[in-house]
Amino acid sequence: MHPMKNIRNFCVIAHIDHGKSTLSDRLLEMTSTISAREMQNQALDDMDLERERGITIKSHAIQIKYAHSDGETYTLNLIDTPGHVDFSYEVSRSIAACEGALLLVDASQGIQAQTISNLYLAIEHDLEIIPILNKVDMESAMIEDVSDQIVDLIGCDPEEILQASGKTGQGVQEILDAIVLRIPAPQGDPQAPLQALIFDSMFNPFRGVIAYFRIFNGTINTGDRVRFVNAGKEYEANEIGILKMKEEPCKSLGTGNVGYIITGIKESKEIKVGDTITHAERPCSKSIKGFEDVKPMVFAGIFPIDNEDYEDLRDSLEKLQLNDASLVFEPETSAALGFGFRCGFLGMLHLEIIQERLSREFDQEVITTIPNVSYYAHTTAGENFMIHTPNDLPDVSALNYVEEPYIEAQIITKPEYIGTIMNLCLDKRGVLTKQHYLTQDRVELTFDLPLAEIVFDFYDKLKSISRGYASFDYAPTEYRRSQLVKLDIKLNGESVDALSALVHKDKAYAFGRRICSRLKTLLPRQQFVIAIQAAVGAKIIARETISALRKDVTAKCYGGDISRKRKLLEKQKKGKKKMRQIGSVEVPQKAFLEVLKLE
Amino acid sequence: MAGIYIHIPFCKKACHYCNFHFSTSLKSIDAVVQSIKTEISKQSSYLKEPVTTIYFGGGTPSILNTSLLESILAKLESHFSLATEEITLECNPDDITFEKLAEWNRLGINRLSIGVQSFHEHHLTWMNRSHNAEQSINSIKWAQKAGFENLTIDLIFGFAGLSKTELKENLRVVQKYAIPHLSVYGMTIEPKTALGHQTKTGQYLPLPEAEANAQMLMIMEELDRQGYEQYEISNYAMPKKRALHNSNYWQGATYLGLGPGAHSFNGTSRHWNIANNQKYIKLIQQGQPVYEVEQLSTIDRYNEYVMIRLRTIEGINLDQIENLFPAYFNYFIQNIRPFIGKHVQKTESSYRLTQKGKFITDLITSAVFKVNRESD
Ligand code: SF4
Repeated sequence: MHPMKNIRNFCVIAHIDHGKSTLSDRLLEMTSTISAREMQNQALDDMDLERERGITIKSHAIQIKYAHSDGETYTLNLIDTPGHVDFSYEVSRSIAACEGALLLVDASQGIQAQTISNLYLAIEHDLEIIPILNKVDMESAMIEDVSDQIVDLIGCDPEEILQASGKTGQGVQEILDAIVLRIPAPQGDPQAPLQALIFDSMFNPFRGVIAYFRIFNGTINTGDRVRFVNAGKEYEANEIGILKMKEEPCKSLGTGNVGYIITGIKESKEIKVGDTITHAERPCSKSIKGFEDVKPMVFAGIFPIDNEDYEDLRDSLEKLQLNDASLVFEPETSAALGFGFRCGFLGMLHLEIIQERLSREFDQEVITTIPNVSYYAHTTAGENFMIHTPNDLPDVSALNYVEEPYIEAQIITKPEYIGTIMNLCLDKRGVLTKQHYLTQDRVELTFDLPLAEIVFDFYDKLKSISRGYASFDYAPTEYRRSQLVKLDIKLNGESVDALSALVHKDKAYAFGRRICSRLKTLLPRQQFVIAIQAAVGAKIIARETISALRKDVTAKCYGGDISRKRKLLEKQKKGKKKMRQIGSVEVPQKAFLEVLKLE
Repeated sequence: MAGIYIHIPFCKKACHYCNFHFSTSLKSIDAVVQSIKTEISKQSSYLKEPVTTIYFGGGTPSILNTSLLESILAKLESHFSLATEEITLECNPDDITFEKLAEWNRLGINRLSIGVQSFHEHHLTWMNRSHNAEQSINSIKWAQKAGFENLTIDLIFGFAGLSKTELKENLRVVQKYAIPHLSVYGMTIEPKTALGHQTKTGQYLPLPEAEANAQMLMIMEELDRQGYEQYEISNYAMPKKRALHNSNYWQGATYLGLGPGAHSFNGTSRHWNIANNQKYIKLIQQGQPVYEVEQLSTIDRYNEYVMIRLRTIEGINLDQIENLFPAYFNYFIQNIRPFIGKHVQKTESSYRLTQKGKFITDLITSAVFKVNRESD
């Protein structure tokens, strides 16, 4: 076993697209952890989806052996971190497992909000930061400017900043050396009771849930009886090992090491990221701090396009949940959409990812209803409970008040976009709490915002008004009293439950108008007039009308036209079958899918 | 009774709205006709009943010189049992001369279908027709003079250049010449046509739906006043002057289609020839089949029945539905129900479109269509 002094545990902090995956690949390549032949681009992201979007959704870890020029061989554990706002808790646990972090900044783009919040997390955890300017070979690289930003941000010497290019391999050697020289070796007591932090987990269909951990104290052996402290459960360590390109089993792992454990657990719900592993016989006195039971923040109904696929959808969601414990769901019934599920997500990106994975991995096309955050309802009877769906909102007469979740949002942008971004956030009921120039050309804005306001539209709008020069990150803060109403959409007087939404009182008019006018473009004309209405309680707040279809007749129907025309009408009819009947009005699936999209 | 349709896939000019199968390169007329004759001998056993109608369609069959037409008819004579009551030739006004009329008479052709479309010069130019307005009028006059009592003309309405007044004038000409049968079509913008392209690029703005409907209503009312019977959505006839060949399609009679792109129906399957002149010629030469076949399921036949019948004056016959498609009887009753009254008139024995219903025939048809995987 390797002495503790030769272990380095580190992660990479970078914004999406700043080249984390490519650079990680280079580290693996240069240390022959992975041969060029095995080399798939971006080896650390193994889900298709991640590769395409260039984001790591679930973190992994990999062990690198590095022969340093001092003659010693070092074990470098690269712990990968998820790169998106919705997964900040998971990021914090990965960071907690490390002593150092590579701060990777794209030399042509500069620092982004996501990087900064993760960097602060790393600094809070006392990680040694190794700043690296990446993509310095690009023509658009602004080496001096971005170096200044980094110096401002972490107060390092300009000389400490390494320059690299994942593409050409420039600077990779220097990075490896800096990891050995600058990042401290882990500390901890090998004789103390076992104390290991679970920083990630993954579901393997053959082996069950695999948990990734970092040992802070003690030693773990195959066959040990272990306890997961926060979950309060005990298991046998059927297999432990280290992480190379594949899992490599071993007998024992000591303090400072990173490894995996398989206990035969079949559901990822039982393993919670942030939990502490200890021995059943000789437990540690307290668990590693920072554990949180992450709660979903955004809820939406997910319905199969075809009702017959309901059971398949359940299966698919269950499978997704196996390796994504943050996804929650329960059955939900809608008059408009039939049987489906109310699902909870960490955030909007998480929702999108689930939707996409359903489609790609399970071939399930679904309808997602208008998402809402979870509210806290207080009734006049003195009860209080969470609301996850518009239908749960108690009647006005029974409702005392509602609380809604707030976030602290960080936006980093160029000074010229401050005005438009301020307007956007004000429009979203936000309050500017801090404005801070990182450099002359980069400003960090902090807003206090209701989470509900970023649930739709926000990212896209932010991106478009800043021409892509704004990065965004958020963290939930607290629940506050709010004025919430339930907005109903009616077609010829019939409420469409799947289109109901919980909105702030001040937003109801605008939202109602928008949904009505959007529906007007999405509903096909029928042989009668269709009235689209938005209502709050009994009050109609917006209205649109679709005139009746007046002409639909083919000119010719002779011998040679019959087949073609029959098929055409059959196709139309099949299209109609994909429609949902709301009273007498037929609503295409597309309407549910697209009603929220921007025009 | 059975029908034979012969497709002559040639035109002098391509009309801007047309998506029929035709070629404006006339070089291969002889070869196509030759191939049609070969096809005739091959298909001689397709029809089990005597042939009562023959229809030359296109394209523009009037382009053929008389000897070619004659040779086709002779070939038919020798391979089929003919009991022809009606032999129709589609013609364009510019092909009609006294000489040709006499020859067609001699060949036994007893019905002409003239592609007039409009009696206004600027419409014909806009459509890129091969004839002018004067030729349109003359063709009718001459045909009648030559003894072709049984005459039909095509007219088009519902396009942006056609005013109400002009439409009225067109209908007045119809009245003046007492044309016994008319086919009146709403302009359809087909993809992959010049007009389709113009529409896509915004060069052509289609006539607003409300105006097209007003024109259709005007046609229905005016022709009714003149004594025509609208016996099918697009077809109007004076008493006893209905087209036999086309009526047979709507009665579900069998027919054999010959020539590139022609369709056939034998009661249980449909087949259609390849719609490409050169390939057609080649396949015939090689002795290969020139068609694709589609076997009709009961659902297909039910759908075709309601689709075709709804367009006719007789409408959908309850007894027929019950006898031919007992499994779908209830389904039909249920699905037609929302339209009864305003759009569909229900009598003891039938369901027929009302004046209002005719405007949304396709919508009603697809409502009563049965498609697979439906829980009813
Ligand atoms: S003459 Fe008839 S078939 Fe030929 S292009 Fe014109 S409309 Fe089409």
